[in-house]
Amino acid sequence: MAFKKDWNTQMDVIVTDSGFSADTWSVETTLSFASETDPENLILPKAIQRVVITFPNFADGRGFTLARLLRLRGYTGILRAKGPIISDQYAMARRSGFDEIAISQAQALRQPEKDWLFRSNWTAHSYQSRLQASG
Amino acid sequence: MYQYNGFDTAFLKERNLQFRDQVQRRISGALSEEEFKPLRLMNGLYLQLHAYMLRVAIPYGTLNSAQMTALASIAEKWDKGYGHFTTRQNIQFNWPKLQDVPDILDALAEVEMHAIQTSGNTIRNVTADHFAGAAADEIEDPRPYAELLRQWSTDHPEFQFMPRKFKIAVSGSAKDRAVTRAHDIGLLLKKRGAEIGFEVIIGGGLGRTPMIGKTLCDFLPKSDLLPYVEAIVSVWNLLGRRDNKYKSRIKITVHEKGLQEIQRLVLQRFSELRPQFKGQDQTFLNALKKAFATPAWIDTPTTTFHENYATYPNFKSWVDINTSPHRNNDYAIATVSLKTPGQTPGDASSAQMRVVAQLAKTYSHDELRISHAQNIVLPHVHKSHLFALYNGLYPAGLATANAGLISDIIACPGMDYCALATARSIPVAQEIALRFKALKLEHDIGPLQIKISGCINACGHHHVGHIGILGLDRAGVENYQITLGGDATETATIGERAGPGFDASTIVSAIERVVFTYLDLRLSYLETFIETFRRVGAPPFKAALYPDASEGKNAA
Repeated sequence: MAFKKDWNTQMDVIVTDSGFSADTWSVETTLSFASETDPENLILPKAIQRVVITFPNFADGRGFTLARLLRLRGYTGILRAKGPIISDQYAMARRSGFDEIAISQAQALRQPEKDWLFRSNWTAHSYQSRLQASG
Repeated sequence: MYQYNGFDTAFLKERNLQFRDQVQRRISGALSEEEFKPLRLMNGLYLQLHAYMLRVAIPYGTLNSAQMTALASIAEKWDKGYGHFTTRQNIQFNWPKLQDVPDILDALAEVEMHAIQTSGNTIRNVTADHFAGAAADEIEDPRPYAELLRQWSTDHPEFQFMPRKFKIAVSGSAKDRAVTRAHDIGLLLKKRGAEIGFEVIIGGGLGRTPMIGKTLCDFLPKSDLLPYVEAIVSVWNLLGRRDNKYKSRIKITVHEKGLQEIQRLVLQRFSELRPQFKGQDQTFLNALKKAFATPAWIDTPTTTFHENYATYPNFKSWVDINTSPHRNNDYAIATVSLKTPGQTPGDASSAQMRVVAQLAKTYSHDELRISHAQNIVLPHVHKSHLFALYNGLYPAGLATANAGLISDIIACPGMDYCALATARSIPVAQEIALRFKALKLEHDIGPLQIKISGCINACGHHHVGHIGILGLDRAGVENYQITLGGDATETATIGERAGPGFDASTIVSAIERVVFTYLDLRLSYLETFIETFRRVGAPPFKAALYPDASEGKNAA
């Protein structure tokens, strides 16, 4: 879906493998974790199906490890990364267990949809999934 | 040696395309300089004092003649005809242009080399004993494990934006030639009964707060290597401080949280990660062991070697000093010195790289190594070839007999190149080497490691030099502090500061006084500098350094 400039200016742009879309989540239905969350507290009630992990800045990679831990601990719902993440980190986010990324409209303007789609092949060329395959 | 498979080749091609695109987007403005910086760093590209610098990985220090020849060509085509070998088994090109870098990376890919994660807050080039697979004292070749770690850490999605850089070294011998105890993780292969496993050491490092690593796990089963290392990095990625880059390395995390707490957290994380490794890593490992199998040794008489050794004193001297015992008695490990007095330590010209590549192809089963001491090693030279090798090295200025001696100095690039440096390192190294050459005392002095850093970050390993020199800036004037008694080996020790620093015009004479003190005090020529230092302690050396000082006045 193409990015529309007439969206609410406060609204994030959601990035998935198929490109940009509008944010349809409401705050009430999601659970949010900050990057500084102690992993010992990273446990979810089963009913939760929408989780956000926030990134304070793009150079702070704690969220990638938190995402992986959530998946290892059995979370199967939708996992969203939110913050000033750049398109070059899209594959890292997907491989760590995120389904989608919420970026600001300003970020979406500077890094257009094609920059993100460039890394939508994130399952390819992964040393880690090769090494973790069954022997 | 390891050769890329289809996966490696495709990965690298894709990665280089991504970087080419990132360079374009930086030029177009789609990426800010702030955003581009970590991306160029994780592809080895620094911005230095005068120009960009490209740091190319030589994984675990191993390369073949085609790779060395390609490095020579890159230096000629895109740089100024030389390269600089570093203490972490990388080569640095000091003058590439930004727009040329994607082409340089493609040229590297043609010989299965890259610059990935040689910088940035990532897991850096995995280093290993430069005598791996050749040393007589080796328990097991560490390189298959180092290559496994290279693959695991390459583009690891969780570990590209960590609190700080993360360095891993692997050694397969009780003799530590890889400075493993000064790494974020040091892995030592060791035997327990018939079984071989890893001692895992964490939290070593030099820099502003030098620390010797501590044993996190005394004996790790080899098959647990990847999940265990991943657990350590995962724990630190969340726990490591991001508020202060001088307190972000794992050595500080271990220091602040305590080893036991880190052990508890790592074991907890390990229990979550272990089931994720279902065996394919071990299948790959077995293939890697075959790739690193020993070459087919040649079996010819060594008579001519013994004749030449007895006949030519310069050759004898080079053999005595620059060769080390090989696991095959008919072979030797030859160190090619990049430390001829007067030269920049660790630099090699394109012509020299080509000469040594050709010699390695002819006389060392096509293998070369780069040592952390910034020399080149030919690991497998049949003794009958040593004389021809020596005669091939000599005209290229590569036959200096000084491995491990006072002029075999480790030095960082210092203020001649580096944006972080506070003082020059290279001229100090050159002057010390030339001074002792003029004195003709080098061989009498024997094994002595001088290591020089041009700033507190300690890239020149000064803390673990028998004599360490740290160049600082004191109100715009270079000032050199001396540390004594450091040790980079299995008995790793941080040297102690001798006292106030010296300026550029007096540092060489100060080092001379330290060395003369050793020559006066040693019990015989068999007692090395570090042995004498340990026997008598620092006081006589301090007295020689500061003859006019009364006690207690030297707190700088």
